[in-house]
Amino acid sequence: MTDLVRLTGIEKRFPGVHALRQAQFDLRAGEVHALMGENGAGKSTLMKVLSGIYQPDGGRIEVSGQTVTVPGPRAAQTLGIGIIHQELALMNDLTVAQNIFIGREPRRSFGRLDEARLNADAAAIFAQMKVTIDPRAEVHSLSVAKQQMVEIAKALSFNSRILIMDEPTAALNEAETNELFAIIRRLKSEGVGVVYISHKMDEIRRISDRVTVMRDGAYVGTVQAADTPIETIISMMVGRDLETLPVEIPDLGAAPVALEVRGLRRGRAIRDVSFAVKRGEILGFAGLMGAGRTEVARAIFGADPREGGDIIVHGRPVMVRSPRDAVAAGIGYLSEDRKHFGLALGLDVRANVAMTSLARFRNAIGVLNEAALEATARRYIAQLAIRTPSDRQEVRLLSGGNQQKIVIAKWLLRDCDILIFDEPTRGIDVGAKAEIYRLMQGLAAEGKAIIVISSELPEVLRLSHRIAVMCEGRLTGILPGGPGTSQEEIMRLATVRQGAVEEAIA
Amino acid sequence: MTTLPAAAPARKATSGAQQKLLAFASLIVLLIFFSVASPNFLQTSNILAILQATSVNGVLAIAATLVIITGGIDLSVGTLMTFCAVMAGVILTNAGMPLPLGVIGAIAIGVICGTISGVLIAKMKIPPFIATLGMMLILKGLSLVISGTKPIYFNDTPGFSEISTGSLIGQVFPSVPVPNGVLILFVLALVIGYVLNRTVLGRYCFALGSNEEAVRLSGVNTDAWKIAIYALAGGICGIAGLIIASRLNSAQPALGLGYELDAIAAVVIGGTSLAGGRGSILGTMIGALIMAVLLNGLRIMSVAQEWQTVVTGGIIIAAVYADMLRRRRAAS
Repeated sequence: MTDLVRLTGIEKRFPGVHALRQAQFDLRAGEVHALMGENGAGKSTLMKVLSGIYQPDGGRIEVSGQTVTVPGPRAAQTLGIGIIHQELALMNDLTVAQNIFIGREPRRSFGRLDEARLNADAAAIFAQMKVTIDPRAEVHSLSVAKQQMVEIAKALSFNSRILIMDEPTAALNEAETNELFAIIRRLKSEGVGVVYISHKMDEIRRISDRVTVMRDGAYVGTVQAADTPIETIISMMVGRDLETLPVEIPDLGAAPVALEVRGLRRGRAIRDVSFAVKRGEILGFAGLMGAGRTEVARAIFGADPREGGDIIVHGRPVMVRSPRDAVAAGIGYLSEDRKHFGLALGLDVRANVAMTSLARFRNAIGVLNEAALEATARRYIAQLAIRTPSDRQEVRLLSGGNQQKIVIAKWLLRDCDILIFDEPTRGIDVGAKAEIYRLMQGLAAEGKAIIVISSELPEVLRLSHRIAVMCEGRLTGILPGGPGTSQEEIMRLATVRQGAVEEAIA
Repeated sequence: MTTLPAAAPARKATSGAQQKLLAFASLIVLLIFFSVASPNFLQTSNILAILQATSVNGVLAIAATLVIITGGIDLSVGTLMTFCAVMAGVILTNAGMPLPLGVIGAIAIGVICGTISGVLIAKMKIPPFIATLGMMLILKGLSLVISGTKPIYFNDTPGFSEISTGSLIGQVFPSVPVPNGVLILFVLALVIGYVLNRTVLGRYCFALGSNEEAVRLSGVNTDAWKIAIYALAGGICGIAGLIIASRLNSAQPALGLGYELDAIAAVVIGGTSLAGGRGSILGTMIGALIMAVLLNGLRIMSVAQEWQTVVTGGIIIAAVYADMLRRRRAAS
């Protein structure tokens, strides 16, 4: 029997990134084939190639034994390929039925719509799926789970034999997940092939037949889901070839605690998170995408509201209701998205360094002291080895690594001694990464308390004196840093799914 | 409980519907207030004057509604109207062509200019605000250049002024001589209201404004539809050009700037979201009427014209703020 889908030797490059390297994948009728890998492993990219959203730079796509090209989403639909994106792609202001048949509305003459047939057709699909959703309800009035069902109905409406689901349960609770799985099993029995992308190990075991693992855009291997231990899949995902320099862990036994967080809570995003960071310590935060690490950082920094929890800085409880309060308490947050939240790209180095401390450089009537600004900028350029022609250079012209240093300078100038780095080396090339690491280690040695959020396990292992691991808004464990802790251990904590139990109670 | 689709509105009394209701209630309150304040207000002649005054802004607001529902904006509606009027003058007065050609020509020019805006926005990815700002200035300039900055009169084309000021209804019911300009406005509102709610083009207006990327990923040729929507809006501006030229019996090339803001104001007061995805022609009509009633009523009460502008500005802010409040409450 021929496979529904066979992808071989798929290549895809984006500017600066080799996203897919000889990637391969196959899908049979009536199976659920899980596609796994760490963040950025290329799973979603590969599926976007299959569904016509990206065009591959090389390789072959076969559907039911025929070599095909998929020039666009419409072509994918014709081939019977439906994709349900990680971020739901629905039009909130339209009704359920209007969403399902967007682009294929039943028409009468002169472009008039046949609304009655539209609703009837949608109702027929829901009947077939055995779910009850009113086709005339506007999508924004539905729960996320129901919206997910609408996406599935949409995919089924053009008789998809190949259904791609990219993290479909990310926003679902246990009961909703069960409902989704029931539908997947029904589809399976009707011969539909399902590609299932997920990070959740327990789900993979429950729903999938085979598991294919990708790493760094390449194919690693395919195993049977039923008789493969989770450990094997994890080690396939993280690989063993990544070298990790041993981290030197200072003795912080007597060091005072710089920041303590107790019982931090916000809805499902942050569930009772407590930890402490000492002066001179680097605390790493590991976890998969959506684990709630950035949410914790933003809540501590006052960028998002929190429902509960105390923030204690140098032994004193502080009220943090806005980033302004956090900065006043000496907490600096270096966003993962420097270009949006960290820098004014069109301004020069001098202006950016002083951005949060301008009050210090102005006289009584608000005129800025340019000489002092220049001196300060030059001091940090020298101290952090920022490579720039001058302090008047526009920041957008500098490399990612040097931009990151300017953000660091900004917070140092503001006297922040608790620094939260969110993905500090995202978009920074390998050489500059090492320099940022040394800089962070230097800051810790000076007595700053540092929190590092990173999705790259080697980075967490390389930097952290201790490693906090999160999963689904919960702190699932704090591991010691250094060679004693393996990537496998972190991954296990990052995929502990306790949510099910407590949601059932709540 | 009926199973007709008409049963739906009760359940989805959404922010847009509420805003429409609020706007309608405001209109009624204004009408009551002015009729109590001034005995002249409810005279048939005055009501007809209000409707007449609504016709141009109303038609332009219908064009603006289409574009705003897609999440875009069209700043060129006013000067495009003038440009179409000038081109009608060129065709009828300067070239001496027959009346139907002038009408078709003006609308066609509108469609062409709308298509150009659409291509700038959909294909060249210029933000709608900038693209239509550019078009606004280009068309204003062209109107002045082509006309030699002088008005073009339609004295040689008998029947042209009938387009707006004649009254087909008056011929049948002499007691209510509703001018044709008003008739055109209401017929257009019905037609575009139908297009918006019952045709594919209308569906894509809402869909584009709601989530353009999702529409594109569904395999819809979003660029082509967007261009079509701007083209339709352009054609409607052509109709507005005919109405205003007919009423003035001349194409006034210096006119047009500022009309786009009145049109957008009517759309916003009528509950159409500038964020796109929701809105209605009925709301826009109510919005345009509110503006006209207010101006007329204040004038009858001898309030200085400068103050009328101030009040209109206040109403826009109040209308949008009321909408924001409700939406925030609905969200929480």
